[in-house]
Amino acid sequence: MKYILLFCGTRDDARPASSAEDVQRTYANVGNWLTRNSSRIGSIHQLQPPDTATTVLLEGQSRPIVKDGPFLEGKEMVGGYCEIDVADLDEALELAKTWPGRTQAVEIRPVVPHDLPAELNRP
Amino acid sequence: MTEAGEVGPGAKAARSTASPAAAHAAVAAAFREEAGHLTASLVRSLGDFDLAEESVQEAVVQALEHWPREGIPTRPAAWLLTVARRRALNRLSRDARYAAKLAELVREPPPEPDDRLQLIFTCCHPALRREWQVALTLRAVFGFTTGEIARAFVASEEAVAQRIVRAKRKIASAGIPYRMPGPEELPDRLSEVLAVLYLLLNEGHLATSGSGWRRDLSEDALWLTGLLCRLLPGEPEALGLLALMRLHLARADARFTETGDLVRLADQDRSLWDHEAIREALALIERAAAMRRPGPYQVEAAIAACHAEAPSFESTDWMQVVALYDLLLEMEPSPVVRLNRALVVWRVAGAEAALRELDGLAGDLDGYHIYHAARGELLSVMGRDEQARAARLQAHDLTHNQAERALLRQRLLL
Repeated sequence: MKYILLFCGTRDDARPASSAEDVQRTYANVGNWLTRNSSRIGSIHQLQPPDTATTVLLEGQSRPIVKDGPFLEGKEMVGGYCEIDVADLDEALELAKTWPGRTQAVEIRPVVPHDLPAELNRP
Repeated sequence: MTEAGEVGPGAKAARSTASPAAAHAAVAAAFREEAGHLTASLVRSLGDFDLAEESVQEAVVQALEHWPREGIPTRPAAWLLTVARRRALNRLSRDARYAAKLAELVREPPPEPDDRLQLIFTCCHPALRREWQVALTLRAVFGFTTGEIARAFVASEEAVAQRIVRAKRKIASAGIPYRMPGPEELPDRLSEVLAVLYLLLNEGHLATSGSGWRRDLSEDALWLTGLLCRLLPGEPEALGLLALMRLHLARADARFTETGDLVRLADQDRSLWDHEAIREALALIERAAAMRRPGPYQVEAAIAACHAEAPSFESTDWMQVVALYDLLLEMEPSPVVRLNRALVVWRVAGAEAALRELDGLAGDLDGYHIYHAARGELLSVMGRDEQARAARLQAHDLTHNQAERALLRQRLLL
């Protein structure tokens, strides 16, 4: 089954900014985690902070409206995501529990299985 | 009686000549022996939790129509399997993808080692909300009907049905597996199961023999905890919870008057307690302690044992009880535990000290009836009658349980 791990946190993070060594160590740990689990991991991306976001409003508008900022309001934000392919939720939980990034929480979302035409399924 | 303490009449004991309530109780006992096995074996052969669970529910509903009138069949498992299988076949025949599973179903499932554990762990998966876990466990493992669950929890049938649907939908769409947790996951996963059983105990032990027949949740919880202890003999917290349940139930007869009124611990007639059950519970606590992995249920059982062993309320070893509460707070800091500790402080250090402790809990427990009832008792002892009455009134208004309301009314002299 495919899942997306969403790396979540709060915007005005009260934690002090990490030192350069901390950041380096975190990247190294994430690198190890990726290598260790490479057979189960698809794409993984860290996102730029929400103040870099641009939103296109569609519904309820006569035409698409472009605005600055993220769509999701409130303090919670998604800082990155990782696509995984595992047997079941327990395996996804095991991966999420061992995630070494600087993340407050990991949300696990199952991906809707769509039977796409074969040509679209090719990488 | 088995070592782990299974109770209740076996399926064979039931006869339709008994009173309707007794017939229902016997049917319930038969269900809890069979329903979990049946669900587990159907999940295995169908590979579809939803279909298996629904088919067993159908069988249970039909059995409830027939068995109380006609008596429990000599082979209740075969009876339920036949109905459940017919139900599954009906649903499957509409779906071509299930052709292979149909072939599976027609065969009698081979006798398997007890695989109800997988079922229990799936129903109590931490990815499901507690209320879903409870409803699903009651249906799939105990063979409760949706209506029985609704009555037990004073909820609407619709609300309970919703919980079951949502839980099963999440099991399917989120990929919650049907398997035993591995050794490293077991402690966390077991504590989910024990939390569900503990909740059943607490819901059940205030159930009175009021209007209409109602399954006794605490007896069911005791049964399943006993089963867990047999299937997982090396888990001291399961033993601790089993001991705690036996201690609660050992005092059940003294907890209510003949008219169904609640009796406080201080006023209970201790000769009505089941002293044999208390001795067995103490042995369970010792067995758990010998494993040297203490936990909150073992400590709670030890507290209950302090009360159960005391010949009178006055002779309770209150110092020991306070020490145990301190230990429990270290493991599990919770305002309700602090409330209970404060009531013991009353016995050790007086009402004023106890009230001071309670005052610190106002923010957390303002909506909890026991908190106000406890304040009412303390204020009354201190002669602050006006405040005592106000606190008791507040407790009364926050209580839904009839027996508890009656006791509070009596304290209010309403």
